[in-house]
This record gives sequence, C-alpha cells and structure tokens, in this order.
Amino acid sequence: MPSNKSVSDAPITQFINCRILRDNELQSEDLWVREGKILDPEKLFFDEQGYADTRVDCEGSIIAPGFIDVQINGGYGIDFSQPSEDVGSGVSFVAKKILEHGVTSFCPTLVTSPPEVYHKVLPQVKVHNGGPHGAGVLGFHLEGPFISAEKKGAHPEKYLRAFKSGGFEDLTEAYGSLDNVAMVTLAPELPGSQSVVRELSRRGITVSLGEPRLATNPSVSALLQFHHRDPGIVGLLTSDRVPAGRTVYYGMIADGIHTNPAALRIAHRAHPSGLVLVTDAITAMGLPPGRHTLGQQVIEIQGLHAYVAGTKTLSGSIATMDMCVRHFKQASDLVLLDDGLTVKATYISGEEVWRQGQ
Amino acid sequence: MRLVILDDYDLASEWAAKYIRNRIIQFEPSADRFFTLGLPTGSTPYGCYQKLIEYYRSGDISFKYVKTFNMDEYVGLPRAHPESYHSYMWNNFFKHIDIDPANAHILDGNADNLEAECQAYEQKIAEAGGIELFVGGIGPDGHIAFNEPGSSLVSRTRVKTLAKDTIVANARFFGNDLSKVPTMALTVGVGTVMDAKEVMILITGAHKAFALYKAIEEGVNHMWTVSAFQQHPRTIFVCDEDATLELRVKTVKYFKGLMHVHNKLVDPVLSIKDQ
Repeated sequence: MPSNKSVSDAPITQFINCRILRDNELQSEDLWVREGKILDPEKLFFDEQGYADTRVDCEGSIIAPGFIDVQINGGYGIDFSQPSEDVGSGVSFVAKKILEHGVTSFCPTLVTSPPEVYHKVLPQVKVHNGGPHGAGVLGFHLEGPFISAEKKGAHPEKYLRAFKSGGFEDLTEAYGSLDNVAMVTLAPELPGSQSVVRELSRRGITVSLGEPRLATNPSVSALLQFHHRDPGIVGLLTSDRVPAGRTVYYGMIADGIHTNPAALRIAHRAHPSGLVLVTDAITAMGLPPGRHTLGQQVIEIQGLHAYVAGTKTLSGSIATMDMCVRHFKQASDLVLLDDGLTVKATYISGEEVWRQGQ
Repeated sequence: MRLVILDDYDLASEWAAKYIRNRIIQFEPSADRFFTLGLPTGSTPYGCYQKLIEYYRSGDISFKYVKTFNMDEYVGLPRAHPESYHSYMWNNFFKHIDIDPANAHILDGNADNLEAECQAYEQKIAEAGGIELFVGGIGPDGHIAFNEPGSSLVSRTRVKTLAKDTIVANARFFGNDLSKVPTMALTVGVGTVMDAKEVMILITGAHKAFALYKAIEEGVNHMWTVSAFQQHPRTIFVCDEDATLELRVKTVKYFKGLMHVHNKLVDPVLSIKDQ
C-alpha cells in the first residue's frame, strides 16, 4: 500500500520468483506493476514509500512482454476480410482465442479486396484496449490492394490496383475511412506511391512495403529475395541510408514453412533490432484440415500448410504466435556437449540430426 | 572493546550478521518499540547484508519493526545513479527484505538546503529514540563514515569535503576516473555515532590493517577518527585475519583467546520462528 499516496492509491502487484526479459537477457528480478504500468521499484520505495499489496509467485517462469501480432487475417473460422454485418463479433472472438497464444494486441489484417469490402468492414471495428475480453485491437492492417502484380503471392489479381490520378485519393476511394487503420502494406515501386506514403506517415499510419513473396517451393527462402546486384528489400535491412534514430522493421513468419531457418538467421544477424515476428495467420488457424475462405479466394489446409485451393501457392500460415516464437528460438544449429566436451547431440535448424548412442 | 577475529571475510560477515540478528530478536521490537539500526555502505558490509537477507528469506528474522539510518550519502549525485548510496541500499538490502519504506532513512544529497537536511536527520534520530546499534566500517585513512582525518570527534551530521585518499579509494566505483567521483558528502558525525547505545565496526582486508592498528593500538586522535570509539562503553570490532596484520601479536592472541566468550553472543543464534 503506498504509504504517502503521493502518486496513486491504486494497488500494486509484485511478481516474484520470475525471470524478466530485459536488455537482451533473462534477469532474475521482481516486476512491479500498478494500473497496468510497470513501476520503478526504487522510486516507489524512496519517493512514495510504497510497497506491494499483492505478491504473485511466478515459480520461476519467464515474464516477457505480451506478443503483438501485426499481421493476422483471421482464425478459428473467422475471416476478417469477409464483409459480414457483424465484423466486430468475429474480431472479438479471435481476440479472445489468441490470448491463449500470448498475444495481447493485434492488427486484424485484410487482404486485397474490392472497395465494397473495405467500406463495409473498416467502420465496424474501433481501436480499443485489451482486457479479460480479449487482446487489444491496435487498428486494421490493410495488406493491398496497392501491391504489384508480379509479387501478388496469394492476393487475387483482379482486385490489385495502382495509384492512378491523385495518389492518396485513390487510397481513400478504395478504403473509405482511415480512422481505424494502423498499418497499410503497399508496393513502393508503384508510380505515385511516394506522396501516398508521406501522407499516411503524416497521419500516424505505419507503412509496410509489400513483401516480395515467392510463391513456389516452400523450402526455398520464401520471404526474402536477394540477388547480389539487386538486393531489393533485403538490402534495405542493411542500408546505410536509413536516417539516424530511425529503424526499418521487417516482419517474418517463423513457422518453419514460409521462411527457411537460414533466411531467418541471416535476417536476424543483418538487422536483429528490426525483426518482427508475425503469424500472417488465416481463417483456418485453429481449425482442422479442409477447405475454407480467405478474402475472395478459397484455400485448402493440408497438415501445417495452407494453399490457394488447386495450387501450390502458399496463402498464409496457420501457425500460432507462440509456435512462431518457439520455432524462432530453435532456428539455430546447436551442439550439445558434456563437461568433457564430447558431442552428445547435434541440431540443425532446431532439428535433432544426430544423438550419441543411436 | 571487543575485538572479534574470524579467519576470513565470509566468516566475519556471518558473525556480524548473526550478532545483528540476535540483537534485534532479543530486543523484541514491536509497533510501539522499534529497533533502530545505523547502517554503512561499501564492499565491507556487503557479505553481512547477504547473510541478513538469507535470514529474512528463511523466515528467521523480520525487519518490520526495524528503523534504519544510513551513515552517509554523496552530495550532488542523482539518487538513481548506480553508485549513489540510495541505489546501494535498495539493490543490496531494502528490496530483498520486509522493511517499511517509511522507516528506511538515508540522507538526501540533493536536498535544496543541505544544512537543514543534516539537522533534520539528527532530529529524526532523536525522535526515533536514538540508535540502538550503529554498524559502521573504516576507511583506509581511519575514518568512520565520511568523518575524514581532522574531523571533530564530537561532530554532528553535516556536509564534508572528501579527502584525497577517500576519492582515490572510491574511484574504482566510477570507472577509475577521479573527475567523476563526488567531492562532497553528507555524513553523520563522530559524535552522532558515539551517541548510539552500541557500535559495531566491520573491518576486513589487509588494506585496512594499518587503519585498524591506528584506531585501537594508538591514542584517541582526530586524524584517525575511528579511534574515538575507544571511549565508547560498548564497541565491537569484527575483523578477518588480514585486517589484524599490523597489530601486535600480543593484542591478537589476547582477543583470539576470548573467542569462546565472544561466540556466546552468536551461539545459539535466535529465530522469530521460536517466539
């Protein structure tokens, strides 16, 4: 109870016996929280002369910030790109379910769709905080339709658009209101995109460069295309022309399917502070194998893969965020040694390839 | 005085911690009657704090009815600075135990009026009923708290400019950059500590040996301010072998011969579980 109540009356919770992810390492420290904010316990002690009202024993668990999924198209049978009368319920349903994967806020993502869909869906869901009811909604992530035809991946070609006349007016004509939009993915190589990007940034909307998805054999590095004379998006990760104090962030689907572990490692080593794990989860996440809808297309689930029905084009992942986090941690080559430095087991990309005694 | 000599730093730390533990438990502190403890900082008492935290964690001791008064704090160093004595006390002691923050007193080296701060501190000690047990250390120049050579032996809490020796000794905490070490501090006076019912000085390491010799085998002298405690009715010096290296063999043998008497103070070691 804060003894001098100089700052607040609200109760304070102290998490004990936990490990906190801080400064890139796990530290054995207590975590102090009041009204959803993390406190500096030293200030609390000396300035407020306060201490904890409740103690939560974490029994050695790791405390990490809640996961934020900025690219999730739906799940559990819900498709955010379907223009229903009650999009809000669908978003809330998924918001509640993804709490199980450690996701505490997300951007419901819409794939390339015709204008009628955006005009109907966007006004129905407002930005709001999370709570016991589900993860917080940070705003929509609009992926397309302003992406280029060569890199469309699983987006339906007939709804792709370019910036014709006024650039930004094309955008508002396609989407309608931008009030509940947090992020827009578009192709920077489209003519007229520069003014659009500037206007979006001015309004506080994050601009994401359309990722050049290579929709073929998933074992080939699917997300990153790189040629030594045409570094493309990957080159941007190591660019020396990014202004000081600004960071380029890049999303990666670490489900073991969309991105080769080697590509994950290369990207991470090139630019570790910009890496953002996304699920790009689709309607079928959380559902059994079979056929389901995604935007204006039908997709098919086979095991852990989701294809555009009738093709081998990946349409999105069905890995949950916690699976991606675990897979990312494992995407490494490891050797297990005993104290005598004898090799006991060898792992490549997190997979055990040899164990002593076999 | 009692001169308690243990083999090494760890044993000395443990003996001191057990003594503090027994004193608090024997006192039977309560909401109406707090145990007032004076506290030092630095590398010497670190091991003692670790043991006290251990005793708290095992449920053998509580600091709920203990009031603490630290000896000193740097002037002008931000409180959140990792080398401030506030940071030291928080990280190495307070955050691990159950003391009420309102009862943990440390001088504020960033107060607007430093003299008023010092007087207020003396007032707080008086209001708490005086200090029951003041734990301290010794500097290589024989100082207690920041009562540098030449400090009045009847001094009270005040602002002091640090001696060169002290600044050099503290440089290791400031990246060995002398220019970064604070030059002034607020400190309890020699007289303030002398007012305590009992004083316990922790002295470990060969680099403190000469200071210990000056403090207990030579006369009372304001150049070696710890020597003032020769005139206190209840002083205990707790040291390790290395700290006795400059003493006369006769002194060391005499006090080592008394260890069976000294050890009665910490054996049996008491616990609140038995109350």
